[in-house]
Amino acid sequence: MKKIRIGSGAGYAGDRLEPAIDLMIGGQLDYICFEGLAERTIALAQKNKKADPASGYNELLDYRMAQVLPIASKKKIRVITNMGAANPIGAVNAIAKLAEKSGLKNLKIAAVLGDDISDKIQDYLDFPVMETGRPLYSIRNKIISANAYLGCDGIVAALDQGSDIIITGRVADPSLFLAPMIFEFGWKKTDAIKMGTGTLIGHLLECAGQVTGGYFADPGKKEVPDLWNLGFPYVEIDSSGKGYISKLEGTGGMVTPATCTEQLLYEIHDPKNYITPDCIADFSRVKFNQTDKDRVEFNGATSREATDTFKVSVGYTNGFMGEGQMSYGGANCLQRALLAKKVIEKRLEHLPFTISDLRFDLIGVNSLLDRNKMPEAPNEVRLRVAGKTVSRQEAQRLANEVETLYTNGPAGGGGASKKVDEIISIASVLIPKKDVDIQLMYQTT
Amino acid sequence: MKLWEIAHSRTGDKGNISNISVIAYHLKDYDLLKEKVTSQALKRWYGEQVQGEILRYELPQLGALNFVLYDALGGGVTSSTALDKHGKTLGAYLLQMPI
Repeated sequence: MKKIRIGSGAGYAGDRLEPAIDLMIGGQLDYICFEGLAERTIALAQKNKKADPASGYNELLDYRMAQVLPIASKKKIRVITNMGAANPIGAVNAIAKLAEKSGLKNLKIAAVLGDDISDKIQDYLDFPVMETGRPLYSIRNKIISANAYLGCDGIVAALDQGSDIIITGRVADPSLFLAPMIFEFGWKKTDAIKMGTGTLIGHLLECAGQVTGGYFADPGKKEVPDLWNLGFPYVEIDSSGKGYISKLEGTGGMVTPATCTEQLLYEIHDPKNYITPDCIADFSRVKFNQTDKDRVEFNGATSREATDTFKVSVGYTNGFMGEGQMSYGGANCLQRALLAKKVIEKRLEHLPFTISDLRFDLIGVNSLLDRNKMPEAPNEVRLRVAGKTVSRQEAQRLANEVETLYTNGPAGGGGASKKVDEIISIASVLIPKKDVDIQLMYQTT
Repeated sequence: MKLWEIAHSRTGDKGNISNISVIAYHLKDYDLLKEKVTSQALKRWYGEQVQGEILRYELPQLGALNFVLYDALGGGVTSSTALDKHGKTLGAYLLQMPI
């Protein structure tokens, strides 16, 4: 029976590269997928592209591909990634340049296009925003990007055309991994178990190290060997849908039913209804079985037919955030931090503009979850003030106020920091799949 | 005892919704989890942090519960002013819950 191996090369935009390279060298892979596009990243990338039309793809693309291409070419590993972000064509051009520089011939590089619907988002202003229920019209003047979460179809078509490297923009994370299974095994979309299993594999692999013992260790309770040298995962799967997940021998981390279960439930909400562009996956009866060290078999996934809509992430400008911090330590530090808080509260009240979602956190006490409990005598405590404003100048003013605690606030403040960010928020809308036109573009070296 | 003794957890987010899993180390403890770690218990435990409802999904074969907490992240990662905008640290607080 035909079998393939798919590796995971990145779990987020800025992930490590060494474990991906190790996996490509020693993992007998057929495919490696790099997931590097968070919900908001593409909106920021669209902004960059407006400023510089050649940019707008993942900033680490060149760094990664310079090392990935020669190994991919030598070992005949096909590469699939959404690092094209807002500019898959720009990414393809950059990769072609890199390949030519390294003397890699006959490399076919594909861009999957069609996710970017920024030009026609104005047609959907009466559609409800999933987060708020209000029509998209409510943010019409602030929209900077609109990208549909595509499924695996465009990637499958690019594989079918013999592409070695496939660059996409917004594609649902599991779809990156499902595509090679559909292409290699000819799985039909009507095959509920295979679509469910392929989506399960994609979901387990999409966060890379998060299934091999990353984001898992808890000393004394969940010990993970050699966490510093965490290996990335791969799946070996046959055409019947039977397979296992593992990692390279000699790397750190571990693959167990516990690591797999944490990743299985990660961000899926209702396990019976995990909606992707390719299917509605049902993971509610998934089981894991440890068959060897760092080798876990999976079964029990199934699915139902996909919905007839694509989720579209609409990025919009939403004002600015100003933040300032100051630390207090030693004798009576909590009381001095609380006095600093009072001072800033009063100062901000007197400013001639509105601040929304204003927060005062005491880092080390209540910044992550407020339990309404103050410690007796902490060794140190750090005041954090953050709020939203309409303009950058206002946010800067807020941040500066915290810094002025140095010479104007309570005794012994230190280590001030401040920052101002433009807020790019995301509104999601569902649009008919038939409105989205998926296209492919190729370059061969 | 604390929930931490018998279960582990991972937290993720989608927009303003938090997703917290609670997984028993041993299947034999699953019934205890089911009895003690209810949506109402989470609602009490997280207090004002969670403004919306909390749904619980059960996966007995994995000894796991999956919680979905609505309106839980001060607007979510793309608009919250919180330090941990994803709310990734929330699950570990649940493991402090006495059961």
